[in-house]
This record gives sequence, structure tokens and C-alpha cells, in this order.
Amino acid sequence: MYGRKVKLRFLFILLILTTLILTVFLILKSLEENVVYFQSPSEIKEISELDKKKIRVGGMVKKSSIFITSNEVKFIITDFKNEINVTYSGAIPNLFEEGKGVVAEGFLKDRNFFSATKILAKHDENYMPPEVKEALGNK
Amino acid sequence: MLLSIIGHYSLILGLFFSLVIIFLSIKNFKNSEYLNTKILFSSFFQLILVSLSFLCLVFSFVFSDFSNETVFNNSHTTKPLFYKISGTWGNHEGSLLLWLLVLTLFIFLFLIKTKKQPVKYKILTLLFQQIIIIGFFVFLIQTSNPFNYIYPTPDEGLGLNPILQDPALAIHPPILYLGYVGSSIIFSSALAATCLNMISKKWASHIKKWVLISWVFLTLGIMLGSIWAYYELGWGGFWFWDPVENVSLMPWLALTTLLHCILVLEKKQVLTSWVIILSISTFTLSMCGTFLVRSGILNSVHTFANDPGRGLFILVFLFSLILISLFVFFFFHKSNQNELNNFSWLSKETSIIINNWFMMYFLSVVLIGTVYPIFLDVLSSQKISVGPPFYHKLIVPFLIPFLLAMAIGPKLKWVKSNLEDKFSLIILLIISVLISFFILKIFEANFLINTILISSATYLFFITLRDFFIKQFSNISQNIAHFGFSLLILSILFNSLFSSEIITNLKVGETFDDSKTKIFFKSIKQKEEKNFKSIIANFNIENSMGIIENLSPELRIYNQPNIVTSEADIKTTMMSDKFIVINVVQNQDYFNVRYQVKPFMLWIWLSVLLISFGGLLSLFKKKL
Repeated sequence: MYGRKVKLRFLFILLILTTLILTVFLILKSLEENVVYFQSPSEIKEISELDKKKIRVGGMVKKSSIFITSNEVKFIITDFKNEINVTYSGAIPNLFEEGKGVVAEGFLKDRNFFSATKILAKHDENYMPPEVKEALGNK
Repeated sequence: MLLSIIGHYSLILGLFFSLVIIFLSIKNFKNSEYLNTKILFSSFFQLILVSLSFLCLVFSFVFSDFSNETVFNNSHTTKPLFYKISGTWGNHEGSLLLWLLVLTLFIFLFLIKTKKQPVKYKILTLLFQQIIIIGFFVFLIQTSNPFNYIYPTPDEGLGLNPILQDPALAIHPPILYLGYVGSSIIFSSALAATCLNMISKKWASHIKKWVLISWVFLTLGIMLGSIWAYYELGWGGFWFWDPVENVSLMPWLALTTLLHCILVLEKKQVLTSWVIILSISTFTLSMCGTFLVRSGILNSVHTFANDPGRGLFILVFLFSLILISLFVFFFFHKSNQNELNNFSWLSKETSIIINNWFMMYFLSVVLIGTVYPIFLDVLSSQKISVGPPFYHKLIVPFLIPFLLAMAIGPKLKWVKSNLEDKFSLIILLIISVLISFFILKIFEANFLINTILISSATYLFFITLRDFFIKQFSNISQNIAHFGFSLLILSILFNSLFSSEIITNLKVGETFDDSKTKIFFKSIKQKEEKNFKSIIANFNIENSMGIIENLSPELRIYNQPNIVTSEADIKTTMMSDKFIVINVVQNQDYFNVRYQVKPFMLWIWLSVLLISFGGLLSLFKKKL
């Protein structure tokens, strides 16, 4: 029959394989659950079914649309074709300005209202997130 | 102008010396009794040339020589001298020049410091290192020359991004690069040793020094970046699972794994292939980090505007390096048939291997989370991002067995062993479980996973603490590092469980009041500084115990470039940090206020320092 060495090696390889398969399965499963999709205002208008999942919306902050009260900030994200109203009650990053690019993370209330839980900051005034650039159609 | 010319030509000359070194090494490879002085001299000269080039760039920054494009883009006459100097590596071109400088410095040190190894091995290491060096020379000269000049010379530069004007970030890149580039030596020498079939105990104890050096620097570098993000970005966190952070964590995980494997290899002739693979992947991951950060592929909150053309070069370069190393690995590496026989199941090496597997698992989670969005974008042009919940869900549960193995593993002996003093180990386990149960009960955060996680971290904490007293300096460096790690996990856990946050918009004179905390916005005043205007706000914060804390966060409006940054005000005590940051939105009189209480923040930094101190101690242990 097979020697001890061969058996041991076989066991070892089997162990590695099962672990690998399990790992990949685990990772992929939790990727599926925790991925956040990016959408432009125009894409949101075309969604047939409203999802309860967290998404990101990006575009420009519309000129003179920012309105602040003591507990929230309201503004409009536009991609120059469509717009979406955003309400937000969190910390505002430094480079959040009218007429500049913005990415907001949160939940859709309906096709026109978005409730943001986070506004993403950037380090560089010249930097435009690739998604936003694409959403704006290289304007 | 003159400086740029000198700098540029010393770069080209440096590249020329690379070719000379390669020529000399190949010529002398067969009949080498001693290391050819010409080779040593050439590589010394190469180091001098690169340093000269680097110094030229530094002085161009110091003298604000705006005929140099890099200086023009990243500096300004009103900038303080310290940030003029740190501006040298605060940009793409300069940081690559720094990479190159460290590459040449390390190989030169390697040549001098390595005495007992065969000459052939030294020459081969040099050869592999020169391949990397040439890659960087060509990359610098071709796509990102730091010495391009502009004519006519502008009067004033564009200025350095204000958030980079910070002491922690001024030294973060050099320290991090020492770690990244240190792994290049491990890479080259692992390949050289594979070619000569000399991956052995002797090689392990020789390369261990280099692994430790880069590991210590990498750990410190990551910590500095994290501290900077904590107080400068105003989000009040220290780790965001952002791609740019992840790419520095991946080489760290690989390097830490390698460090442990090297220890096994040093004691027993096993795990040879594994060590080679780890050496290769550590450096490859470091290169990937540079590539991903610099190419602009990643959508990161830390991203800086950059040029995608450069990315392609690094990608091609990276793939050729991987190909070369795979070729070397499969052609030259002869695996030792007896390895499996040397193995016994209940031993130190088994526990190290188990923890290796966990590390590799953590590494693959981070890797997949980081690159999956890129792949999906290329394949289906869907834009996604992977957030912290993904990492938490996949990593946190597996920390439990990881911590337990870390606690018990060092108790086992090499070769075959039985667990000694089982009794006290079990007693300590019971104590840890009880303690964490009561802590969580008191603070009403009693979830099963928290309890188990905190128990296992406390367990490691107690066991390492106890070992300081019994084991009498037997392996003090390892013990310090493991103790630091348990402290790190504990502080991170308590920090995330018990942090509290208030975000509100206030006008001057207004008070925010929920039943626990009162935030009174007392006043603002303005101040003019050399290169920015600052608005300093003053807050009185009263907690439920009636203790009033005075905090003054600041807004800085830089004039060149015109950017507003927030400077958080942080009151640090042993037990917790009180953190406040304000922001303003144009044409509005409301200030956006974010106030956080973060327990054990200081301990997170201290424990990382302790971990790296453990590594440092191990480096000098033999000399003591």
C-alpha cells in the first residue's frame, strides 16, 4: 500500500485545498454583500426598482444649492442632465464646495431624494474621482 | 538651473554605472575569489551620483528654483524651510528619486556588511538589485524626470498641497520607503540564494537582519501615516480600509509572515520554498503599492491627481520582475525531500505555520478587497467600492484563533514538545474570559463575538505579561512584540466599541445640548500667518460629570494653492482623546462641528511603537 509519507502529503494537500475553497467562498460571499455601487444621477433616474442597499452618488454640487440648518445640510448633485436632492447630517469635508465634484454615500429614498451618510473627502483640489469624470461625460 | 543640469546628468551617469556594474559582475562571476574592487567602487560611485542628484533636487527646493518644473509645481517662496525640504519627496518625481536613492544605498550597505557569504552570492544579489535599479533609472529619466525645466522661469511656484505640510507626513514617506525598498534586498538575495541553491540555516540568519530592518521601518512608516490621517483629515479615525492604506498593509503582512518563517528556517531546514515565495511576494507587493498609488487607478480618498501613462511603465516593469523571479524559482529551486520528515505536529513551527495561514488569509482578503473594484471596472465598467464592513466581517472572527495561537505557540518547543504548565495556561484563560465578560457587562456592549475576541486578546496580554517575569530574557524581543500586539488589538477593540461622536452645525454663540454633552461655541478669531490665514474657533465642552474642557480647532485658508484645511484640536490623556474639528461651507454662517471622544487612542500608537521596538531589539540582540 502507500507509505506513510505519501498519505501524509495527500492529507496535507487535501487540507490546503479545502481551506482554499472555503476561503474563496467566504470572501466572494461577503464581497457580494458589502460592495457599494456607484451611480450618477442619470443612472438613478433609469433604475426600475429601488434597492435598499447602500450606494454612492457622484457628480457636481449644483451652484447655490447648498442649504444648511443646525442639524443637516441639503444640496443638489447634478451631472448636467439630471439632478438629485441630497440631505446629509454628518461631517463636511474641506473640499466640499459649490461647483466642485462630490461623492456621497448613503441610501436612496426615491428617484429624486438621496439620504447621505458620508461625503467623501479628497486631498487635492485638482483631483476629480474617475467615476465623477465619467458621469459628467468629460466636461 | 545649474542644479537641475547637475542632477539630470548624474542620473544618466548613474544609469551608465549600472551597466558597468552588470558588465563587471558577469565578467568576474566565474573566477571570483574575492569581490572585485572595481565592482565595489562602481556601486559606491553610483550611490554618490544618485545622492548628488537627490541633493540637487533638495537644494532646488530650498532655493526655490522655479526653472525646475517639479519645484514649480510643488513649492512656493512663502513656504517654511522645513516643508520646502520635505516637499522634495512630497511629489511623484521626488519620491521616486528617493526610492532610487534608498535602493542604491541598501545594495551598497549589503555589499559592505555581508562578509561571511560566498562572493558569487554577493555578485548575484547585486545583479538582481541592478535590474531593479535600472528599471527605476529608466522610469525616472523617461516618464518622470524631476529635473525638467520651464522657460521662461516663473516668478512663483504653485505651492505644496497644504495637507501635506505637516511634520508627520514630512517624515512618513522616507520611513515607509526604507521599509518598502528594504524588501528589495530580501528579494534580490532570495533569488541569488535560490540560483546557488543555498537557502539554508546560514542564509536565514544572515538575511534575518535585513528582514527585521525593513519590517521595523515599514511598521513605523504605516503608523506615521495613520497618525497623520487621524489628526489631519478630520475624520477622527486611524484606519479606513482605503486602497492606499491597504497597499501598505499588504507588504507588511507578507513581511511579518516572512519574518516568522525565517526564524523557522534558521532553526530547522524547512519551509525553504515558502520563504522564497514570501520574499518575492513582499517586494512585489511593495512595487504594486507604488504602482497603484501612483497610477491613479485606485479610487481612493487619499488620491492625488496623477498621470496614468506612468502606471503602464510600472505595470510592465512589475510583470517582468515577477516573470524573472518565477523563472528563477522554478528552474533553480530544488525542494528538499526530507522536509516533511523533519516535521512534528505539536511544535513551535506548526504554530508558526498555522499563523502563517491566517496571515495569508488576511492578506488575500485585503488584496481581493483592494483589486476587485479595479477588475470589475475593467470587465464590466461597473463602479464599485468595498467598504470597511467587508474587511471587518472577514478579518475580525479569524483574529480569535490567531490570537490564541500567538499566545500558546511560543510556549511550544522546536522539534517535538508537550505543553508544559498546562495548568497555569488554563487558569489564565479562565481569568481572561471572566475579565472581558465583566468589562463588557458593565459597559453594556456584551455581544458574544466581542466577549470572545476580547478574551483571546486579554489572554495573549496576560501570557506575554507573565513571561516578562518568568522567562528571564530568553526571548524578550519576541515577547515585547507579541505583548504590543495584544495591547494593539485591545486598544483598537475598546476604541471602536466605546467611541462616541456628535456632529452638528453651529453658529457662533450657539450651544448644542443632548442630555450627555454640552458644546458651547464661544468665539472665533482670525490670525495671519506667513502662508495662510487661520480662523481659530473656541469651544467649551461640558460632559455629564460637569467637567468643562476648552478646545480650539482651527481652519486654515492657504493662499497658494488656495485650499481650506481643518486642523483638529485634540486633548490627549492616557484614557481617551477628545477630538474636535470644524469646517465651513462657503457663504454660510453655520460651522460644521464634529466632536468625538475616543478611548485608548494613545495606546494604539504606543503599542505599535512597542511592536517595532521588539523588532529593533531582536536586531541588536546578538551584540548585547
